[in-house]
Amino acid sequence: MSIRDLLSPFSAWKNILRDPVTIPDPLNDRPGSDRYRGFHQNDNEKCIGCGTCEAICQNGAIDMLPVDSVATKEGDSGLRPRIDYGRCCWCALCVDVCMTGSLTMSNEYKWVESDPDAFRFTPGVDKKFWDNSELGYKRPEEHRLVSPERIEMREMNVESRIDSFAEIVHGYSIEEAQLEADRCVACGLCIATCPTHMSIPDYINAVREGDYEQGLRLLYETNPFSNVCGRVCTRKCESACASRHEGEPIAIRWLKRHIIDQIPHEKYREIIGDPEPSTGKKVAIIGAGPAGLTAAFDLVRKGHEVIVYEAKAAAGGMTRYGIPEYRLPYDALDRDIETIVSMGVQIVYNTRIGADIPMQQLTQDFDAVLLAIGLQEGRQTRIPNSDHEKVYRAVDLLDKITAGEEFHLPHCAVIIGGGNVAMDIARSIARLQKQQYGQVDVVLTAMEEQQHFMADPDEIKEALEEGIIIQDQCGPQGCEIDQSGKLIGLKTWKVLSIFDSEKRFAPVYDNGDETIHACDTVIEAIGQFSDISLLGDELTEKLEWNRGRIQIDSDGRTSESWLWSAGDCVNGPDVVHAVADGHRVAASIHCYITAD
Amino acid sequence: MTYQPDRSQYPNKKADGSLDIDLKSGKFLKLWQGPQHPGITGNMSVELTVCGDEVVEGITHVGYLHRGFEKLMERRTFIQCFPIVCRICVPEPDFNEYCYAAAVEELAGIEAPEYANWIRTLILEMGRINSYLMYCGGQAGSFGMGVISQWTTYVRDLMLDRFEELTGARIYHMFILPGGVRDRLPEGFAQRMEETLCEIESTMSDVYNTMYCNAVFKKRSVGVGVIDIDLMDAYGVTGPNARAGGVAKDVRKDQPYLVYPELDFEPILGQDSDIYTRADIRRQDLLQSVDLVRQILAKMPEDGSLMAKIPSVMHWKIPRGETYIRGECSRGEYGYYLVTDGSGYPRRVNVRGPSYTHAMALLERMIVNLNIADVAGLMVSLHTYPPEIER
Ligand SMILES: Cc1cc2nc3c(=O)[nH]c(=O)nc-3n(C[C@H](O)[C@H](O)[C@H](O)COP(=O)(O)OP(=O)(O)OC[C@H]3O[C@@H](n4cnc5c(N)ncnc54)[C@H](O)[C@@H]3O)c2cc1C
Ligand code: SF4
Ligand code: SF4
Ligand code: SF4
Repeated sequence: MSIRDLLSPFSAWKNILRDPVTIPDPLNDRPGSDRYRGFHQNDNEKCIGCGTCEAICQNGAIDMLPVDSVATKEGDSGLRPRIDYGRCCWCALCVDVCMTGSLTMSNEYKWVESDPDAFRFTPGVDKKFWDNSELGYKRPEEHRLVSPERIEMREMNVESRIDSFAEIVHGYSIEEAQLEADRCVACGLCIATCPTHMSIPDYINAVREGDYEQGLRLLYETNPFSNVCGRVCTRKCESACASRHEGEPIAIRWLKRHIIDQIPHEKYREIIGDPEPSTGKKVAIIGAGPAGLTAAFDLVRKGHEVIVYEAKAAAGGMTRYGIPEYRLPYDALDRDIETIVSMGVQIVYNTRIGADIPMQQLTQDFDAVLLAIGLQEGRQTRIPNSDHEKVYRAVDLLDKITAGEEFHLPHCAVIIGGGNVAMDIARSIARLQKQQYGQVDVVLTAMEEQQHFMADPDEIKEALEEGIIIQDQCGPQGCEIDQSGKLIGLKTWKVLSIFDSEKRFAPVYDNGDETIHACDTVIEAIGQFSDISLLGDELTEKLEWNRGRIQIDSDGRTSESWLWSAGDCVNGPDVVHAVADGHRVAASIHCYITAD
Repeated sequence: MTYQPDRSQYPNKKADGSLDIDLKSGKFLKLWQGPQHPGITGNMSVELTVCGDEVVEGITHVGYLHRGFEKLMERRTFIQCFPIVCRICVPEPDFNEYCYAAAVEELAGIEAPEYANWIRTLILEMGRINSYLMYCGGQAGSFGMGVISQWTTYVRDLMLDRFEELTGARIYHMFILPGGVRDRLPEGFAQRMEETLCEIESTMSDVYNTMYCNAVFKKRSVGVGVIDIDLMDAYGVTGPNARAGGVAKDVRKDQPYLVYPELDFEPILGQDSDIYTRADIRRQDLLQSVDLVRQILAKMPEDGSLMAKIPSVMHWKIPRGETYIRGECSRGEYGYYLVTDGSGYPRRVNVRGPSYTHAMALLERMIVNLNIADVAGLMVSLHTYPPEIER
């Protein structure tokens, strides 16, 4: 102890002249810092109601609720997060995880209200003074809690695939599949968009858990064509996936395929279970494509006797005779069909209704009939000289390739069309050319600009890699024939526009910009139509029609009480829609035949 | 502290060695210090038995603040635990964030990026400064000097401003998360931090003059509340409480973590192990942390990655394993014991806070023979935070 110890405390007196440091609140405004985690704001145009914010909130502060100003639509549940400030701890995990980046925070932290319920509010819907605040916590760019990138799919490289019909895509390993499955936030937005409403998050969960039997069971609840869809589905679900907004959508299709690939085929039946006892009712189905066979599968499981009549020597419809083997190997398709047949579905092959068995016969022998004949006939351009023998329809050639029938392989082919069928025939011909002639010579012409092609962008990319030449904005004007009658090319004009102001098909050409695409074969791939001659005059007359298609109600039933129709011939455009249709009509037929 | 039987003739020892305290004899009085008492370090209480103004027995009571965090975490995913851990210790929350994140990272096989580790270290040192500022105010207050806490609260508030601009929050920062940190330093941060550090230094010099060079404070703290050197290990004494007795324990040095190996500092040691020495060690520690913050801001890389790639958090599972992560907080060794079982939730979390040992067992031992008036001073001098005792 010293004299200093007695005196030095008095140095505190020097503060007597200092200004007070306290901020008089609320007279002085003290804004929160730039990244302050203050009150929430939500951009409702951007928000998709996926509920991931609700799922991550460890305080249970968020409830997803319907709001008046938002309608449910594809990829948007129509729900919006309501936040309870009696529970929130401003951790901002909801902001960090938000799948669209719509949820952010302002730097406001003062909000006085006499009604305690006011602190339960829906940001962006209940207008607040801090809405659209620039400041406040926004998730930094690289701060991601859910991986935005898809696990890459291993595929054959160009060199090894160009002369081969082996399947291009290898499929995920178990580790890869689980990593991809981990990206799914289980919001379920995809379910509504899937035409057959597969329980996607549940089967993705089965992948995550490694419970493949449960996965297969879930797949079969809604889709007996999971081998096919796991490979070639047009995957509408992925375009609704929550994860696409700030990254790549979940590879839903590949995960489905992964489940399928993990279970030995012999075990399918055991996992799916047996059909119900026989009801004694009989249903005839015309066409063993995905629509017909899905309906058949559902109906036999309900205990009905089902006989499917198929004109061709094998089942599968366009999935067999259209889709090339390198996208969908026959053994994968066969597994789906064998499972359906093993449930008790009888398929009568090589039997064309209308030719081999008359339609009337079916009405007499069966309690109900389903027409699922697809679109077998290729549309024609009807341009000059398109009746030449070297002008083919894509579906006819694809059919020959599947059936192994001989045909003259073009040295140099020009394809008309920019859709998936055009890509399929172009890439099939290219493979055959590489095998037989050692080089690819295929030109694909289409009226649209390349970025507006109907074909899947992956298909276009792969076709280009395989040496196919794409010439867009080319409108076909006629086939060129030399004096000897030999086809020597296709004449096209540059397309200036395709549709008129009312969005009707009315192409405008620049006839000064003409190209002759030299070739020995022209292949038309501009669409298909149904051959409905099997109906016969009397039934055709009796049925109601809608723009050339049989009129059906929402259950798929025609104007004749015993006749239903499903699949491409009435709806389309792809396998999964055909499957959905199959389920719908099967349910309706079941109700009808068990009514009394 | 040795037992001084000459101070009071009561209580007598019974044949079995236990104390003979008979309240009906009129010689003893039960006195509750806390839980509502300005001289208590938060929500706990000490049940004192006094004889005259001398404490003959003190039993600590905790449980007023038990929130069950460890159990709560067993029902939360690994990411959901992150916002709750900071609440375990209010005055120095960031240690929980760091220890939890490091434990998860170790078991999940993730390495946080270097830049993030610099920011983590910065935050921990900022937190240490704040914790000591709070302590200074409390220690002075326990001996009746109210003004010190007003000064330290003001500069602590300036540091909270820095926390706010860096982390987006003042108290519960929720900024260090498994994988890294949430954001980078804001523009001009170092400059504003320097201004704050200067203010703190100047305040601490005032505090030195008025508190540490104060006859009253010295009189009441020198030689009082001495922790015997041989108690240190038996009672798990760590941090400034140990260093004030010359025991060189500092996890930052003993088992370096984050970027401490790249920083220049030596543990500050004392000798007398009394309240005054402990207070002085903390003051010097505080100034050392001011220096460490300066070093960090000077040495850290301009920019870098904030987060390591972590699994998608919604389904994050961590393989079976267990680990104990420790670090040196302002009160001593702070640690997280984490057990995982391959599921998406922690199987067990145990938080080892230094206050558990210091505020309960050690205090009960030291409180005997103290004057009632010095109980508060002793408690504060052990620098304990009840929220972290109870979790
Ligand atoms: C080249 C090509 C590629 C395609 N690629 C894809 C793709 O990648 N992804 C996708 O989802 N979809 C694709 N599709 C579409 C898909 O194949 C069809 O949407 C689907 O097969 C329709 O099923 P469906 O059962 O309605 O008809 P179809 O599959 O056409 O089956 C109808 C069946 O009925 C039979 N049939 C017809 N008339 C009679 C009769 N009178 N008597 C007995 N049997 C008869 C036919 O032989 C045929 O087997 C593609 C189509 C084509 C042409
Ligand atoms: S996570 Fe984002 S997009 Fe999804 S519901 Fe919440 S706010 Fe909307
Ligand atoms: S900030 Fe945290 S506590 Fe608040 S709603 Fe979001 S996730 Fe829940
Ligand atoms: S696949 Fe996409 S849309 Fe479907 S549940 Fe998962 S994240 Fe949601």
